[in-house]
Amino acid sequence: MTRALIPALLALLVAAMLASLLAGQVWLTPADVVRGLGGGPSLAGLIVSEVRLPRVVLGVLVGGILGLSGAVLQGLLRNPLAEPGLLGVSSGASLGAVIAIYYGVSGTLTLAAPVFGLAGALVTAGTALALARGGGTATLILAGAAVSAIAAAGVALALNLAPNPYAAYEITTWLLGSLADRSWDHVELAAPFIAAGAVLLALTGRSLDALALGEAQAESLGIDVRRTRLLALGGTALGVGAATALTGAIGFVGLVAPHLVRPLVGHRPGATLVPATLAGAIIVTLADIAVRVLPSPPELKLGVLVSLIGAPFFLWLVLHMRGRMP
Amino acid sequence: MIALAGVDVRRGGRLVLDGIDAAFAAGRLTAVIGPNGAGKSTLLEVAAGLLAPETGTVTLDGAVLPGRVALARCRAYLPQNPRVDWPISVERVVALGLSSELPAFGRLPAAFKARIDAALAAHDLSGLRDRPATALSGGELARAMLARATVGDPALLIVDEPTAGLDPRHAIAAVTMLRARADAGRTVVMAIHDLDLALRVADDVLALKGGRVHAAGPAASVFTAAVLATLYDVDVRVADGAVRFG
Repeated sequence: MTRALIPALLALLVAAMLASLLAGQVWLTPADVVRGLGGGPSLAGLIVSEVRLPRVVLGVLVGGILGLSGAVLQGLLRNPLAEPGLLGVSSGASLGAVIAIYYGVSGTLTLAAPVFGLAGALVTAGTALALARGGGTATLILAGAAVSAIAAAGVALALNLAPNPYAAYEITTWLLGSLADRSWDHVELAAPFIAAGAVLLALTGRSLDALALGEAQAESLGIDVRRTRLLALGGTALGVGAATALTGAIGFVGLVAPHLVRPLVGHRPGATLVPATLAGAIIVTLADIAVRVLPSPPELKLGVLVSLIGAPFFLWLVLHMRGRMP
Repeated sequence: MIALAGVDVRRGGRLVLDGIDAAFAAGRLTAVIGPNGAGKSTLLEVAAGLLAPETGTVTLDGAVLPGRVALARCRAYLPQNPRVDWPISVERVVALGLSSELPAFGRLPAAFKARIDAALAAHDLSGLRDRPATALSGGELARAMLARATVGDPALLIVDEPTAGLDPRHAIAAVTMLRARADAGRTVVMAIHDLDLALRVADDVLALKGGRVHAAGPAASVFTAAVLATLYDVDVRVADGAVRFG
């Protein structure tokens, strides 16, 4: 079971990515896609190489880092309800992007919202870390919650003071989370940060297994809990910060992806990382196909669809775990 | 042999350990006793190298403590009321005792498998190998944790309250197992409240009170009515291998 899991998830992801290249308002045939990837100068080729492929790649990167970060944070905090937004990273990224939209910077510079978002994510994560320095894991969660609340208040303030209804509309639309109209420029901006974040997060894998016994026993087994905490936070700030800055807030992926695969790897926190990454990428890719295929006149936003499916799952999870968790 | 010299530890501004000098010899089982808040758990954390003392030194066989991973290979530590937060199988929990030696990825190598099997068998856990650790009873979990602590055959074994919450049969089995580790030449230190059990198995006793050493030495010299009465501030009688309070 465990051995076949990763290849099976990989196959599923590749299939979802291919389907995502075909699906949309204009349905393409596999032959169109092959021609498009080959760089032929046709409309279908343009759709594939300039519109759908960057969108697919971004979806995989974003979903993957959300799943990975969720798995790492749940393992680190030994809490099945932990998710990447917990440490204020997502709210910080949102606030940064909202500032760019509010002051009209994003109107003049296309990448202003993601760049501001990334800066916001790093600032909030840095603040949370600085506040929690010297304290334990509980302090970190509380500091993250506080910083997150401050960033959310900033977003609300921007909406309240929006100079015109259009600015407010633009902010809300961005906050809903979407992969639409993202180009290779967006991928190039986010990929290095997401890759760096993924490396930091992956380095925690082994420590997470020992942390299942609690921090005291993990320390006694040779695990540097402080270092693990820094890796998890730094990786989440870089990776999820960049992802949120690019796509807006996409909730529940980081929470749900680890739970989907955990029973399949014997619940070992470290073994959850790779499958959770793949599961996150699959969820976002499939959801992005759904928003393009579902017949709704204004395109359904990815973040909305994921929440619509994710929230009931979350409820199920809480009910399901009521009996098992201490 | 692990030795503490002039160890002071402060927590929240309060001196929890105050000038502790203590030595735990190889091949001997030392019981650390004392009233609540005497500093037993803190002393064990310092001896395990998990808590650096404010002043004073901790030495292992006369040398300063090695680094984190090297120390993990020769010392095992079990805190009070250990628990597992995920439903990991008992076999994997025991395997975590070999964390510092295990490869980072993949399945358990065959050589480790044999050691884990032996630890499972020694703690009467063979039938529970695939049981999720969160579904174990208190006694089963305590056995799994002891198996986790001893699977690497550590030269130094430090256990905080190994019998807390155990019924008499499992409590006796736990201290008997610790006795066997000492007989095999390892250094074993346990903090314990159950004085009858301590009396039954301990070679040496270190009695703490208010963060200071109240009495230390061979069990027979500490388990006397006079020492115990001043240690716990209650009337005590010691007779026929049993301690009676009040």
